[in-house]
Amino acid sequence: MTTPLLEVSDLTVRFRTDTGWMTAVDKVSLQIAPGEALGIVGESGSGKSVTALSILRLHAMATTRLPTGRIMWGGRDLLGLSMRDMRAIRGRDIAMIFQDPMSSLNPVLTIADQIGETLRLHQGLDAAASRRRAIELLDLVRIPDAARRVDEYPHRLSGGMRQRVMIAIAIACRPKLLIADEPTTALDVTIQAQILDLLRDLQAELGMSVILITHDMGVIAEFARRVMVMYAGRVVEAAPVGGLFTAPLHPYTEGLLASIPKLDVDVRRLPSIPGSIPDPTMVIQGCRFGPRCPIIEAGCRQDPMLLPAGLEREVRCPPRIAP
Amino acid sequence: MASTAMYKTILTRLAQAVPVLLIFAILVFTLMHLLPGDPAVAIAGTDASREAIDKIREQLGLNRPILVQLLSWLAQIAQGDFGRSIVLNQSVVSAVAERLPVTLSLSMLSLMITLPVGILLGVIAAYWRNTWIDSAVMLIALLGVSLPGFWVGILSVLLFSVHLGWFPPSGYVPIGQGVWPWLASLIQPAVVLALFQIGFLARITRSAMLDVMDQDFIRTARAKGVDEWHTIAKHAFRNTLIPVVTVLGITVSLLIGGAVVIEQVFALPGIGRLIVQGILARDYPLVQGTMLLFGFAFVLINILVDIIYTFVDPRVRYG
Amino acid sequence: MDDAVAPRRRFRVVRKLARHRSFSIGFVIMAAMLIIAIAAPYITGLDPTAMKIRMRFRPPQGSFWFGTDQFGRDLLTRVLYGARMSLWIALAVALLSGVVGALIGVLSAQFRRLDSLLMRIMDALMAAPAIMLAIGLGAALGPQTHSVIIALAVAYIPRTARIVRASALVTRELEFIEAARVAGISPLRIMLRHLLPNAMGPLLVQSTFVFAYAILAEAALSFLGVGPPPPAPSWGNIIAEGRDFSVEAWWIMVFPGAAISLAALGMNLVGDGLRDVLDPRLKVES
Repeated sequence: MTTPLLEVSDLTVRFRTDTGWMTAVDKVSLQIAPGEALGIVGESGSGKSVTALSILRLHAMATTRLPTGRIMWGGRDLLGLSMRDMRAIRGRDIAMIFQDPMSSLNPVLTIADQIGETLRLHQGLDAAASRRRAIELLDLVRIPDAARRVDEYPHRLSGGMRQRVMIAIAIACRPKLLIADEPTTALDVTIQAQILDLLRDLQAELGMSVILITHDMGVIAEFARRVMVMYAGRVVEAAPVGGLFTAPLHPYTEGLLASIPKLDVDVRRLPSIPGSIPDPTMVIQGCRFGPRCPIIEAGCRQDPMLLPAGLEREVRCPPRIAP
Repeated sequence: MASTAMYKTILTRLAQAVPVLLIFAILVFTLMHLLPGDPAVAIAGTDASREAIDKIREQLGLNRPILVQLLSWLAQIAQGDFGRSIVLNQSVVSAVAERLPVTLSLSMLSLMITLPVGILLGVIAAYWRNTWIDSAVMLIALLGVSLPGFWVGILSVLLFSVHLGWFPPSGYVPIGQGVWPWLASLIQPAVVLALFQIGFLARITRSAMLDVMDQDFIRTARAKGVDEWHTIAKHAFRNTLIPVVTVLGITVSLLIGGAVVIEQVFALPGIGRLIVQGILARDYPLVQGTMLLFGFAFVLINILVDIIYTFVDPRVRYG
Repeated sequence: MDDAVAPRRRFRVVRKLARHRSFSIGFVIMAAMLIIAIAAPYITGLDPTAMKIRMRFRPPQGSFWFGTDQFGRDLLTRVLYGARMSLWIALAVALLSGVVGALIGVLSAQFRRLDSLLMRIMDALMAAPAIMLAIGLGAALGPQTHSVIIALAVAYIPRTARIVRASALVTRELEFIEAARVAGISPLRIMLRHLLPNAMGPLLVQSTFVFAYAILAEAALSFLGVGPPPPAPSWGNIIAEGRDFSVEAWWIMVFPGAAISLAALGMNLVGDGLRDVLDPRLKVES
């Protein structure tokens, strides 16, 4: 295997809440190779978005302790960088797009300004050059009539168009890694497919790696090569897409797969798995999924570990790892 | 930038203002006729003969039925005649015009202090939210909206004028006699007047800024690698201005209201003093006329605020 | 709304308020002031209007904690009794403008025909600064305590009415109100049972701030000569009377001014707390 582009090990993120500290991300490790597409899947509250935000250190500063663990990028630990060095990486080497395109663009700035800002910042382009480049980028993300659209304000564009603008901003500096946090969740089904197609084409064209975060197994199936399933702040299963879909190991993964057709909104409850994600401030003895698990057994009382289970596969479930 | 949308806004607002001003005029008229005491007696003196009083009453048209008086007054206004002051024996327009520079200087100077200081304090408090800086700034703002302005004014005169002798205690020096004497005569009242507005604006700005800082597009800016200064100054600040501009009309209203009181403290011969004198002297043409001019001014100010709003928020500008 | 849930929700609001720092400080200040105002006769044995010319202009010392004024009246006694007058006026203004404002707001929201007329009248009342309107009204109604109350209440009604109307307009569009209307529930019942209760939060917040403004405005009106008439003390008229002696006897105006500031501060803190807890639209802290 080649050297990974990004290697996260034992990432832990803790938040302050009204009732005390809660662990949103608990010792998560992941790696991604150049040009690879990794999916992270889980219900809301599973810690998948926090993991993504922490890679760029975009988590809420006031209520969060500095994450622990290591996030290695080009031989440097991102968690140890100065803010200045971190900003040089954001938008240039690692870019990010978010769930809600309606609110992710600044309403008082033109599209040209918002795309151009990244170019001026990281590539030192002047206003005219960055505007020309912004038009090219809008063409690239398939926005019709780009030369006219570029001078408009976000409120004149539809949700799908805005997400395209967000993508244009993200790829402006040809990043090595794009983190897409629920990029299609807020969009209509037909638009969702278009955006996913666009992302896939751009990934191939620009040769970038993509981490796609979603609650939707269907999106994962279309997009990713490898999948990580998260539950209550932990990775419970990691596998290549094919293996995961044909032979899921963790009962939670099974539940997610069983609910694919119904799962078109970000729900807290899975129809096929009774119960919901535990209150993160609560301490649960043993497996976090225990209270909802159909196959719980004595071995699950000790905190189960994430263990290898075949080629490129890991699972955190003692009953499914036959000794 | 003069789009048709803006002309439409201005015209609509002007049309809406007509019934408001009409009701306002009737209100002011009714109010003045409720005032106890007879203006004819006030002018003639209490020991004047009945005939003399009746004669004055006739001259002023006070012997006609109230409704006729109201209608003829409204007709006058429609022709741009705001009446004559009884006490000053001067047309209301010229009386107001004489005192306008004082009130305008005071309010403008005060607004020029209020806007940068109030907005900056709000931004500072929001940026360092939940730290001691936030607490300190918000305490200042709270004191601003809690201390009675005229009381602070009197204490300020005691300290800075009587004991330290830094500023003249009262009176107004026209700008024609030099910019520095003019400024010296106004700076103390302007600052005192600004305190309340600064507190008000800082509190509004802080909560507006906190709303904006929680928005997704701020996270987008950070994800692009924009530094903290530009995130605040370029991305957050302009959005913060939108709700701040909407309270600009109220700010100006508070400012003028405060000026009425502060002019008394510093003996500034402005419009506030004119109105208070008019009320106490039962000079109703003066009070009616001045109040109505105020009403017109406010309508214009609010239209101006709407225009500023369209500059700040592109969603309004282009619909 | 489910009736069984209501008490628990109300309890939660109280608990949140008790935990809110600004609210707690403001509440303690206001409670202390109210107790002092009510207990004034028991705290000081003196008559607030009794003049003793020989005792004029005594600075704060010995048995005169706050000193004496130009007529030899004990200033502490006057400030304590002034609290009764000033707090009563502010409370009455807050209640009156709250009740009338709520009524106008709800009527406007319920009866669309009345709306434009009522709102134009409110706009007209707001065409002049509140304090200027209050000066005119106060003078027109004559030098009495209730004139001050009415003048200030009228000046603050328009904003309260607008706030209640805005809230009621939102409630009106809710589905269950629509259903109630179709089912023939009387407009009066809709107004009292649904529109008004749902506007209570913003109304309470606004009335709290009106209370704070009214304390300041009463003082300003007194200063301009249209406040509650002497000799009965209000914080405002003590300052107004003492103003001419501010150089020689600073204490006459310093103490009542400080009392006004403290009361306005306390009420603003209470208002901030209520707004954070009751008005989620403006809630900015978690």
